[in-house]
Amino acid sequence: MKDLVYLPDVVTLNLCQDTCNGCGMCIQVCPHEVFELSGKKAHIIRRDYCMECGACALNCPVQAVTVKSGVGCAAGIISGILNNSEPTCGCSDSKSTCC
Amino acid sequence: MKNSFFVGNVTISDSAIPLISTKTSFTDFMGAVMVRWGIRRDHYRVSPGLYAVGNPGPGSDVFVTANYKLSFDALRKNLTGVNGWILVLDTKGVNVWCAAGKGTFGTKELVNRIRLVSLDKIVNHKRLILPQLGATGVSAYKVKEETGFNVHYGPVRAADIKRFINSGYRADKEMRKVTFGFRDRIKLIPNDFMYGKYYLAGAMAFFFIISGMSGRGLSYKDFYGQGGPAILKILLAYFSGIILTPLLLPYIPGRRFSFKGFLTGFLVFLSLVLLKSAGNDYMEIVSWFFIITTVSSFMAMNWTGSSTYTSLSGVKKEMKVSIPLQIGFALIGVVIQVVGKFI
Repeated sequence: MKDLVYLPDVVTLNLCQDTCNGCGMCIQVCPHEVFELSGKKAHIIRRDYCMECGACALNCPVQAVTVKSGVGCAAGIISGILNNSEPTCGCSDSKSTCC
Repeated sequence: MKNSFFVGNVTISDSAIPLISTKTSFTDFMGAVMVRWGIRRDHYRVSPGLYAVGNPGPGSDVFVTANYKLSFDALRKNLTGVNGWILVLDTKGVNVWCAAGKGTFGTKELVNRIRLVSLDKIVNHKRLILPQLGATGVSAYKVKEETGFNVHYGPVRAADIKRFINSGYRADKEMRKVTFGFRDRIKLIPNDFMYGKYYLAGAMAFFFIISGMSGRGLSYKDFYGQGGPAILKILLAYFSGIILTPLLLPYIPGRRFSFKGFLTGFLVFLSLVLLKSAGNDYMEIVSWFFIITTVSSFMAMNWTGSSTYTSLSGVKKEMKVSIPLQIGFALIGVVIQVVGKFI
């Protein structure tokens, strides 16, 4: 099946190639094959497939990757606006935290 | 919840670690069915801590997971024949990917949990295997700095774990990729159906009341004759957004979920017109066009959160256009319907 893709030219993903040390961690953690390693540097090859989960940026040991990560969830954004907070996915939030 | 998966204890360096079965039972299956419908979903948990599978020793692998029981079950049933340790993080009963997004399946909790169970006294190596989707919350190099343990990101799906181990702890392209097939989408539908139940009840009540209105005021006869069909139309529009759109997702034109939902809603409306069930007069029929497409569009848009490929920036961009349109459509639909009752 063809990969599903969302809106074009919208994600906040950035890769600074000068800083990149070519460790390949971003390639390992990305769930949508956004990166590729060539010439000992990472390259963004499928930008529009990025879902801004933030795994690459969090695991980049030299902070070459940046992205404003968050949940791509309309219900979460609506509840964020209503509660005047960051968008959160509230589907599995429970009031009680005790087991 | 009865924990039927305990089968004994493994004693290692003076600690007794609970041994768990890699077989899932009928109770586990029924529990899974129930949480898919949202029943006791926030309480479907196991206690955080260290567990054993098979006959593990100091050299055995450590697999890290969330304390949502579905996540825990997915892992243990794929470890049949493996001797290993399972480190369960406290994610407040939320699955790995969502918890990683919230940060509860995160660096801090992992570092903390490694210390709490004294993992360095249990195993003689520094290798942790994490589900790849945990990477959204865990920073591998920070865990290494703080504990000395090396995080190895395994496959996305627990079903690939043995293949991952056998290929020398390397996740190939296929293991690393999140797919969103028909079966994945179908499994999510019950929960989404339950999640929007208050919207649904509210909309059904609203249009039931409108259906009883006419120039003669509220009448029992109108409620009786019009109320049922009105409720049914709202229900169909809801199903269109929450079932039809997800099922047909890759085949519906457009990229915006709200647009896809509008199209499936339009399909439902057309079917009603063809079945001569879209309303009693032109005004009512036109009003249902607006209302059905809006309900379907709104519910489909909310489904972005269940999908595995939408970004925050993208959804915000989509909503900027869709929400005003949806509000406008809903108002037009309601006004036409109410006015139509009085002329």
